[in-house]
Amino acid sequence: MSLMSLVDLSRLQFAVTAIYHFLFVPLTLGLSILIAIMESVYVMTGRAIWREMTRFWGVLFGINFAMGVATGITMEFQFGTNWAYYSHYVGDIFGVPLAIEGLMAFFLEGTFIGLFFLGWDRLTRLQHLIVTWLVAIGSNLSALWILIANAWMQNPTGAHFNPDTMRMELDSLSAVFFNPVAQSKFVHTVSAGYVTGAVFVLAISAWYLLKGRHVEFAQRSATVAISFGLAASLSVVVLGDESGYTLTEHQKMKIAAIESLWHTEPAPAGFTLFGLPDMASRSTHAQLQIPWLLGLIATRSIDTEVPGIFELVDRAKTRIQDGLPAYDALHTLRKHPEDEEARRVLTAHADDLGYALLLRRYTNEPASATPAQIERAAWDTVPSVAPIFWSFRVMVALGFGFIALFAVGFYQAARRQLVHSPQFLRVALWMLPTPWIAAELGWFVAEHGRQPWAIEGVLPTFLAVSPIPAANVALSLLGFVVFYSVLAVFDVMLLRKYILIGPRDTAAN
Amino acid sequence: MLDFATLKVIWWLLLGILLIGFAIMDGFDLGAGILLPFIARTDTERRVVINTIGPVWEGNQVWLILGGGAIFAAWPALYAASFSGFYLAMMLVLAALILRPVAFKFRSKLSNARWRASWDWALFAGGAVPTLVFGVAMGNLLRGVPFSYDDELRATYAFGLFDLLNPFSVFCGLVSVAMLTTHGAVYLAMKTDGVIAARARHISKLAALIWFALFALAGLWLSQSGYGLEIQHGALAGASPDPRAKSAVLSSGAWLVHYARWPVLMLVPGLGLLAPLLVAAWSGTQRRLVVFVISSLGIAGVIGSMGASLFPFLLPSSSDPSSSLTVWDASSSQRTLGIMLVAVAIFLPIVLAYTAWVYRVLRGPVTSAYIEANTDSSY
Repeated sequence: MSLMSLVDLSRLQFAVTAIYHFLFVPLTLGLSILIAIMESVYVMTGRAIWREMTRFWGVLFGINFAMGVATGITMEFQFGTNWAYYSHYVGDIFGVPLAIEGLMAFFLEGTFIGLFFLGWDRLTRLQHLIVTWLVAIGSNLSALWILIANAWMQNPTGAHFNPDTMRMELDSLSAVFFNPVAQSKFVHTVSAGYVTGAVFVLAISAWYLLKGRHVEFAQRSATVAISFGLAASLSVVVLGDESGYTLTEHQKMKIAAIESLWHTEPAPAGFTLFGLPDMASRSTHAQLQIPWLLGLIATRSIDTEVPGIFELVDRAKTRIQDGLPAYDALHTLRKHPEDEEARRVLTAHADDLGYALLLRRYTNEPASATPAQIERAAWDTVPSVAPIFWSFRVMVALGFGFIALFAVGFYQAARRQLVHSPQFLRVALWMLPTPWIAAELGWFVAEHGRQPWAIEGVLPTFLAVSPIPAANVALSLLGFVVFYSVLAVFDVMLLRKYILIGPRDTAAN
Repeated sequence: MLDFATLKVIWWLLLGILLIGFAIMDGFDLGAGILLPFIARTDTERRVVINTIGPVWEGNQVWLILGGGAIFAAWPALYAASFSGFYLAMMLVLAALILRPVAFKFRSKLSNARWRASWDWALFAGGAVPTLVFGVAMGNLLRGVPFSYDDELRATYAFGLFDLLNPFSVFCGLVSVAMLTTHGAVYLAMKTDGVIAARARHISKLAALIWFALFALAGLWLSQSGYGLEIQHGALAGASPDPRAKSAVLSSGAWLVHYARWPVLMLVPGLGLLAPLLVAAWSGTQRRLVVFVISSLGIAGVIGSMGASLFPFLLPSSSDPSSSLTVWDASSSQRTLGIMLVAVAIFLPIVLAYTAWVYRVLRGPVTSAYIEANTDSSY
C-alpha cells in the first residue's frame, strides 16, 4: 500500500510538471520559427514593419521562453530525483539523447537567446537573423533529442539486458536514433508546436483586427500565421503519431485502447466514432462505427488485422509465463555470476523478463505466482480505456478544426478579405486555447497509454520509482503546484500587458 | 576503441571539467545574483548588475543541465543515487533555479517598486541557494552518506535533509558561497564602471580573503576529521560496473593519502589557496580579465581538490562502504562511454567557439547611461 502511494505521487508529480512544461514548449517551437520567418522577410525587404513584427512577437516569445526554461530544468533532473531505479536501469541508453540534447540544442538556444534580445545594435542585420535562426533551430533540435528518448520508452530498440550490471545496455546507437517511433513522434510533435505558434499569432492578430488596432501589422502577422499554420495543421493530422503504434505489442494495446477495441476484428477494422468504454464489463456501449477506417489508419492497409484487448492480454499472459524462467535465472546469477546454465536460460528468455517483473506488484516471489496473480498482472497491461478513447477523439477533432480554421483563413487572406471577416476573426480568437488542449491530450494518450510500463516490455512503472519517503514527494508536489501556479499567473499577466500595449505603429513601407 | 578502464578515467576527468565549467561560467552569474541586493542600491544600479549577466546567464546554466545529462549518460548509478538521495536538497536547488529565468525576464517588465524588489531577492535566492547546497553536497561526499544497495541494485537511503546539514558540510557550503561571491564580484568589477565597479573591487578583495581562510580551515578540518574510505579488493578497473562486486572500508585519513604519495598533487588545493590571495592583492588593478582568469583557476583548484582527494570514489557510503560508487563501478557501458566521448569531442569545441563569439559581441562594460537609454529592451 505504501509502495503504491509513493508510485502514485511520483507519477502525479511527473504528470503535473510535464503537462506544465508542455504549456510553454509548443509555443516556443512554433513562435521561434515564425519569428525567424518574419525576420527573414525583414532582412530581404528592409521594411520596418517586419522588424517590428519580429520585435513584438519576440517579446511575447521571450516571456514564454523563460517559463519553458524554468520548467524544463525540473524535467532534466526529475528522472534522477524521482525515478532513480529507472535512471539506473536504462541510463546507459536513455541518458545519451538527453546529454546530446544539452550539447547540441540547449547550448545553442541558451547562448544565442541573449543576443536575440540585446544584439540588435551590436550585430549586422544578417548576423542578427542568423542568431534568430540558431535559437529556432536549437529549440527544434531539443525536441528531436527528447523525442528520441521518449520513443525509446515506447519502443526500446537497440539494447539488451546485462545481468552483471543489472540494467539495460546500449547495442546500437543508430537503432535508437532511427527508431521509427521517434521519427513519427518528432514530425507530429513539432508540427503540433507550429500549429500552436500559428494559432497564437493568428488569434492575437485577429483581436487587433476586430478592435481596428495596428491593422497593417496584424494583417501581415495573420497572413504569415495562416500560411504556416495551414501547412503545419495538415502535417500534424496526416503524419499522426499513431503511425508508429503498430510496431510493438504495447503500442498495439494503445491502439486497442484508443479504439476501445475489446475483441480482434477481421481486417480492415472499423473506426468507432462514438462509444462508452466500460472497464468493469470489458465492453463498449452505444458504439457507432465507421467500417474500414481504423484498419486504414492503424495499419495503412486493408488486410492487416488490428488485435483487440482480449487477444493482447492473452499474449501478455504468455509472455509473463515465458519471463518467469528469466527472472529466476537472473536471481541465481546475481548470487552466482559463474552459473553458465542460468546465463543461458536468461539469454533465451530475456525478452520477456520485463513481463515477469509485472508480477512484483502482487508478489515478491514471481516464481510461485498463482494463476490468479498472473491473470491480474496480464490485465494490468490494459491502460484505462475510456480517458484514452475520449482524449484521442477530442484531439483529432481539434486537429481537423485547425485545418478548417487555416483553410478558411487562407481563402480570406488570398482575397484580401481578412479585415472584413469578423466572424472568422472571432472564431480565430476563440480558438486560442485549443492547440494547448490538443497537445496535452496527445501526450496523455501517448504516456498514459504507455502504462503500466515505464519502458515498454522492460520495466514496469511501479518498479521505476526512487525509494524515498512518500511524504517527501507529497511535499515537493505541493511545492510545484503552488510555485508553478504563481508563476503562471505572472506569465499570463505579463503576456496580457504586452498584448494590450501592442506593437509600435510603423509605416508599412 | 579505448579500453574500458581508460574510458572510465577519461569520463571521470570530463565530469570534473563539466563541474568546473559550470562553476566558472554559471558561478559568476550566481555570485552576481548573491551580490545584487547589496552592491546596487538604486533601480538603475540594479539593472546595470542584472544586464551584465542577463544576456549570458542562460547559456551558462546549460553547463549545469549538461552536467545533469552527462552524469545520467556516463554515470547513471551516480545520477540515480545522488539526485534521489539528496531529494529535498535537490528540490530546493530546483526551486531556486526555476526562479532565475523568470526573475530575469519578468523583473523589469513592470515598474512597480515592490515587484522589482521582490524579483531582486528572488535573484539573490536563485544565486545563494544552489551555491550553498552544492557546497554542502560536496561536504557530505567527503563525509560519506549512509546508503546501501540490495541484490537488484535498488538503493536504500538512511538520511534526510537535516542529516545533510552537519557542521562540516555547512562549512563546505560557506566555502562555496565565499568562492562564488568572489567570482561574481570579480566579474562585476570587469563589466561595470563607476560606483558599482568600485564596490565590486572592494567586495572582491574581502570575499577572496574569506574564501582563502574558509578553504584553508576546511582543509585543516578534513585533515583532523578522519574521513575517508579505502577499497580493499574486487574493484577491477576494466570490469562490468557493479557497485556490489567490490569491498571497501572506512579508513581514517584516506582522503589525504594521495597527497602523501604524490606530493605534486598538492598543487591542486594550492591553486585553490593561492588564487584568492592573488585576487585580493590585485583587486585594485586595471587588468580585470587577468583577475577573472585567476579567480576561475582558483575555482578549478577547489573543485579539483575534491577529485584528487576522493579518487576513485564518486559517492562514498558511510553506512555500507562496499556499496560506495566509484569510477570503476558506477559508469555506463563501454559502448556508451565511447559514443558520449565522441559526442563531447565534436560538440564541446563548437560550443566553446560560439560562446566565445557571443562574449566578444557583448564585450565592454554595462553603464547606467546604457540602461537609461534602453529602458524597454534591456533586462
